[in-house]
Amino acid sequence: MSAASTILPPLVPAVLVLGTLECLVRSEVLPSFLVPAPSSVATALVTDAAELYPALWSTATAALLGFAISAALGTALAVLLSSSRRVERAIYPYAIFSQTVPVVAIAPLLVIWFGWDQTALASAVIVSIFPVIANTLAGLRSTEPALLDLFKLYDSSPLDLLLKLRVPAAMPQIFTGLRVAGGLAVIGAIVGEFITGQGLGGSIAVARQLQRVDLIFAGILLASVLGLMLFGAVNLAAWLALRRWHASESRP
Amino acid sequence: MGGPRPDPDLGLRLTGRPPSGIRTILRRPMDSPVAPMQSRPHGGAAVAISALERTFESGVRAIEPLTLELAAGSFVSLLGPSGCGKSTLMRLLAGLDAATGGTIQRAADTRLACVFQDPCLLPWRTVLANAALPLELRGVNAPERDAAARVALAQVGLSDAVDRYPAQLSGGMKMRVSLARALVTEPTFLLLDEPFAALDEITRQTLDDHLRALWRAKGFTVLFVTHAVDEAAYVSDRALVMSRGPGRLVLDHRLSLPEERTAKLRSQALFAAETGVLREALAASGGAL
Repeated sequence: MSAASTILPPLVPAVLVLGTLECLVRSEVLPSFLVPAPSSVATALVTDAAELYPALWSTATAALLGFAISAALGTALAVLLSSSRRVERAIYPYAIFSQTVPVVAIAPLLVIWFGWDQTALASAVIVSIFPVIANTLAGLRSTEPALLDLFKLYDSSPLDLLLKLRVPAAMPQIFTGLRVAGGLAVIGAIVGEFITGQGLGGSIAVARQLQRVDLIFAGILLASVLGLMLFGAVNLAAWLALRRWHASESRP
Repeated sequence: MGGPRPDPDLGLRLTGRPPSGIRTILRRPMDSPVAPMQSRPHGGAAVAISALERTFESGVRAIEPLTLELAAGSFVSLLGPSGCGKSTLMRLLAGLDAATGGTIQRAADTRLACVFQDPCLLPWRTVLANAALPLELRGVNAPERDAAARVALAQVGLSDAVDRYPAQLSGGMKMRVSLARALVTEPTFLLLDEPFAALDEITRQTLDDHLRALWRAKGFTVLFVTHAVDEAAYVSDRALVMSRGPGRLVLDHRLSLPEERTAKLRSQALFAAETGVLREALAASGGAL
């Protein structure tokens, strides 16, 4: 497929929707205090740069760092849980339970525990770690029995079995978990920032008080771009790691 | 027949020497303090199975007391219908499963290698790294194991594919890699569990020829499980037939076929007579042909 045929189709509805929206707002069919014209969102991205881009940087730092901690800690926990059924039975129910606690409800607690500056980071970790644990664990558990036999036959050490068979075999599922975690880390960071007033979450909260829908949309747009970039980075890493052997990544 | 023959092209140490001692790898259950070391197989045996039993936890009896000896350097095929305990016997011999009774004795210097019906390749490794895996797991350093893997891959005709990944190989090529991975350990005893069953007829016949040539060059002991009568007769010198429910031996037949096997053999009366014997035993055992 050529680049034009990949990029053009999704551009058509975007241009149509944005153009229609612009016309509707300019002709005052839609009130501009509820829905901003796409052009005024673009203007806000420039005129409010002093507010938006430092906020984006702060959110990006919390989300990226949170994602990295989730990836490392989540994988390590999954390896630990997979080491024995007994350990898994003892700990996994709490991991699931932790998912039922809404992060919005515990965000104020995070401020007390981690302070204003680390709340967004802590929130990003809490929201994004579970998919990493769940997918990695599922991957580690589903190693083909025939391959386990093969390693047993050749007297593999437990460490070799983990690093040379179970972890590589789980890579496709690990990347599935990381893709989900990337998007969730951005959400988690912004939820934390609603409480602390920092970053894009803080900017959006302030813009609401000022009735600046154009600024809210600008903040949402930047947060989405951040999430997309994280998703794209994980996809790129997955492609680099799996393209030679896994069907899901064999297309260029 | 079947002893080591020097072959200058193979470049590997030949490994068909007679066993110098016997090691017991499976014992009777703890409640029967029999000393299995007393009953040594005679000098030329690679493996001696005595009153071997396997009953699963579900109560299903997979193998009823089975006694069998495989001569060192022999090529033995094992035929039987599905579910007759062939694979269970293989797993017991490979040490992947524990018997519920009886003993398996292997020569003390046995180096065992297995090839399964599924090639069992690691898709994230190149052909070379797959073939080198057994040595890597045993702590052999990288240059040495890569050199050994290259030799083994050359023996199965895959020198040009060392840098490819399994996804880029045909079914027959994957099986060759699996065979090379077994050869890299310089086995004295090779267990093959329906290795070519999933391949097309032409590829299978080519690999049968290849396997027999390797065996003649190296003189290891082969136990070859298959459900194909023609294949069993073509590659081996002795054929065993098992029946199902529970698995027991119904035929132990020495094949009187020439040492040299070529495609022409398959259409000769001699071959038809031998396969007829096996076919009859297999039919009587309840196996579909």
